[in-house]
Amino acid sequence: MKTKLLLSGILAVAVLFCTNFLVFAKENENSIQIKGSDTMVNLGQAWAEEFMIENPQTSIAVTGGGSGTGVAALINGTCDIAETSREMKPRELELARKNGHDAQEFKVAIDALAVVVHPSNPVKQLTFDQLSGIFTGKITNWNEVGGNDQKILALSRDRNSGTHVYFLEHILRKGNDKGPEQFAPEVLMLPSSQAIIDEVSQSQSAIGYIGLGYVSPAVKAVAVSKANEGPFVLPSLDTAMNKTYPVARPLLFYTGREPQGTVKSFIDFVLSKKGQEIVRTMDFVPLGDKA
Amino acid sequence: MKIKPQIKQKIAFTLLGLAAILVIIPVVLILAILIKRGLPAISWQFLTEMPRMGMRAGGIFPAIMGTLCLVIGAIGVALPLGVLTAIYLVEYAKKNWWTRMIEIAIVNLAGVPSVVYGLFGLGLFVIFFQFGSSILAGSLTLAIMELPVIITSSKEALMSVPRSFREASLALGVSRWQTIRYVVLPNALPGILTGSILGISRTAGETAPILFTVAAFYLPRLPKSVLDQCMALPYHLYVLSTQVPNVKPALQYGTALVLVGMVFLLNIVAIIVRAHIRSKKQW
Amino acid sequence: MRKIREFVIEKIILLNGFACILFVILIFFFLAKDGLALFRFVTIQDFLFGTLWNPLAEPPQFGILPLLLGSLVVTLGAAIIAVPLGMACAVFIGEIAPRWMREVLKAGVELLAAIPSIVIGFIGMTMLGPVVKNLFHLPTGLTALTGSLALAFMAIPTMVSIMEDSISAVPRSYKEGSLALGATHWQTIYRVIIPAASSGIVAAIMLGIGRVIGETMAVMMLTGNASVLPKTILAPVRTMTATVAAEMGETVRGSEHYFALFAIGLVLFGITFFINFLADMARHRKKK
Repeated sequence: MKTKLLLSGILAVAVLFCTNFLVFAKENENSIQIKGSDTMVNLGQAWAEEFMIENPQTSIAVTGGGSGTGVAALINGTCDIAETSREMKPRELELARKNGHDAQEFKVAIDALAVVVHPSNPVKQLTFDQLSGIFTGKITNWNEVGGNDQKILALSRDRNSGTHVYFLEHILRKGNDKGPEQFAPEVLMLPSSQAIIDEVSQSQSAIGYIGLGYVSPAVKAVAVSKANEGPFVLPSLDTAMNKTYPVARPLLFYTGREPQGTVKSFIDFVLSKKGQEIVRTMDFVPLGDKA
Repeated sequence: MKIKPQIKQKIAFTLLGLAAILVIIPVVLILAILIKRGLPAISWQFLTEMPRMGMRAGGIFPAIMGTLCLVIGAIGVALPLGVLTAIYLVEYAKKNWWTRMIEIAIVNLAGVPSVVYGLFGLGLFVIFFQFGSSILAGSLTLAIMELPVIITSSKEALMSVPRSFREASLALGVSRWQTIRYVVLPNALPGILTGSILGISRTAGETAPILFTVAAFYLPRLPKSVLDQCMALPYHLYVLSTQVPNVKPALQYGTALVLVGMVFLLNIVAIIVRAHIRSKKQW
Repeated sequence: MRKIREFVIEKIILLNGFACILFVILIFFFLAKDGLALFRFVTIQDFLFGTLWNPLAEPPQFGILPLLLGSLVVTLGAAIIAVPLGMACAVFIGEIAPRWMREVLKAGVELLAAIPSIVIGFIGMTMLGPVVKNLFHLPTGLTALTGSLALAFMAIPTMVSIMEDSISAVPRSYKEGSLALGATHWQTIYRVIIPAASSGIVAAIMLGIGRVIGETMAVMMLTGNASVLPKTILAPVRTMTATVAAEMGETVRGSEHYFALFAIGLVLFGITFFINFLADMARHRKKK
């Protein structure tokens, strides 16, 4: 008897709980679904939080998974805005068009990619050629680039990351995105920039690349030069904004069609002074004034 | 030098005992670490607030609610399905080739890797049925994952009801189904309950199946329908420990503590209920 | 009226009985639907034996040998740790421990089984990784060994509970006969009881291995994810499961990469199906 009572009690609670969810709600015009880059996901969330404070009837959901996830979602029509830290490829744009989504691109911020090493590593500067050699496995010892006699431990983001793709195309392949260079199989693929920081801060022979916003005193950023002679520039907000730091990439929003309604207001907000101020507080680089 | 067998035995038994303790130590250790580092973060606000400042402050309320939704959804489907299957296997099935197949199928469902369930959920519920990334897709995927546990424990519970009960009922002229419904099931209920609790605890902790079918990084509001995405504790822990920079460790450990606490609580309840049944058995 | 209701109910029960077979078939079907599509672009040999996994290359390379071997190395390492520990624990619980200790230990093992893999991955990442790193003076603590250690403790509960069942199922007469002949308890255990329970023990080992090979979150966070052919257990590796979990998000539905990941899922399903099949046969052999 007691068991019956207990069970009916539990059942009643569960039913009440579920009744809240029996509504198959239609898509709310005031809701926005944002998917994509893990680099940008915190930025996206910060924008969303601020925007929702100013516009309480809106609802913005942010999901990560990598730039590729965002693009895939845009192509499949399961998001309103795809945040990406790389450009959509022609193939992806084509697929999107085939599915009826005419992708529109919006530059919303700039991200400087910092190459980081352990604070005790004597190496202070590296050229694109050297970086390419390190990550493709041609250069395996720190003493080949002016450091100690230690095997290099190269760390990378995993393949679903736009950061990975950007680094692959612009550093390893030196701008030729169809080049043959690949990350060497020995390169560790870590699930996030945070994981890369954790590893680099604990390992003297490690080298990795992360968004400027993730750099902390636990690691040391290396000055980078595109040409072999220099100039070698350290990553910072200023050098990224004035474009002297060569590893800076645009962060993008893609929408499936010309933005309307809440999506348009959101993008306007993101591009406004307030939105760009948020970019700065999240340790990214604002788009820079025309001044 | 020949060692006396008795001494060999003493040595062996000591080593075995040490092995057993070695196996249990991680449980204690993990719990201790989580409590030590996570308890400072636990507060009423932590459990009931939404996350703020990019997950670095605020609470984990939506993750807790999301997990609850998924768990209730999953057990809601798996329990009837599982119990009915168990009833079939125990009360109706004959020992033939088909029955062997079903048993092999159950063992296999139990062994399928969780990420493969994720792929399956993606293919069937998200894409084919077009539920999209939703609580519905996630719950259904988790339900199929839970099924073997429910079936196995329900089977045991049903089999432990003595034959004499059934025979007496049938002898009185009661039909087979009625016998099951009014005589066997009520007596098997506690065992079924235990199995459900264990199934729930497993479902609550899974990450891979919900990666592609339901989990969201940040949702500003609680889900309003079963077609919405939701946050979930295991995925939230994954996100906090790998995606969000500069999170206070206490927050990560706190989330882990809530998850493990929930799971342990469920398991301990199941263990107690099971011990209670065993001692209270009137037959 | 009642008869009709009965009939309907019994038919529903019958249908339910076969639900599990249906689900297994469905899982296989959906994996195969997208997995086999890969082989329009890549040959099976290149897939299974290719040594480079580079889905983003032009042209993309889908060789899963490093991933397969990565999974195998981690699983083997876990098995080497888990089997002796698991057996020792099972024997202790089944034969040696006093009544009260038995219940405590069994509860403890169940709680170990209950710990979600994400928590093990999290704790392993923050605590186990640095320990392995410092102990072996490695450049990084994210290695196959770290993964094996964590996974061993996830496999042990499965092994222990099935082994313990098998040991308890050995007829008392065997044990009593041996003791009556003057053997010590320990001698009885390793000469009589364990061999008698051997098929159950083998089944337990296989099921434990099956669990380990399918583990995803803990390996993803602990093994470093480098898709190299593993040469040593003290280096990072990449498993099949971690690959699927990490890369699925980025693929576009219907792309080759997407098919390739489903193909990996198919391989995983096949491996665990095979292991479970063997384990089930071992278990049923014993029953006779």
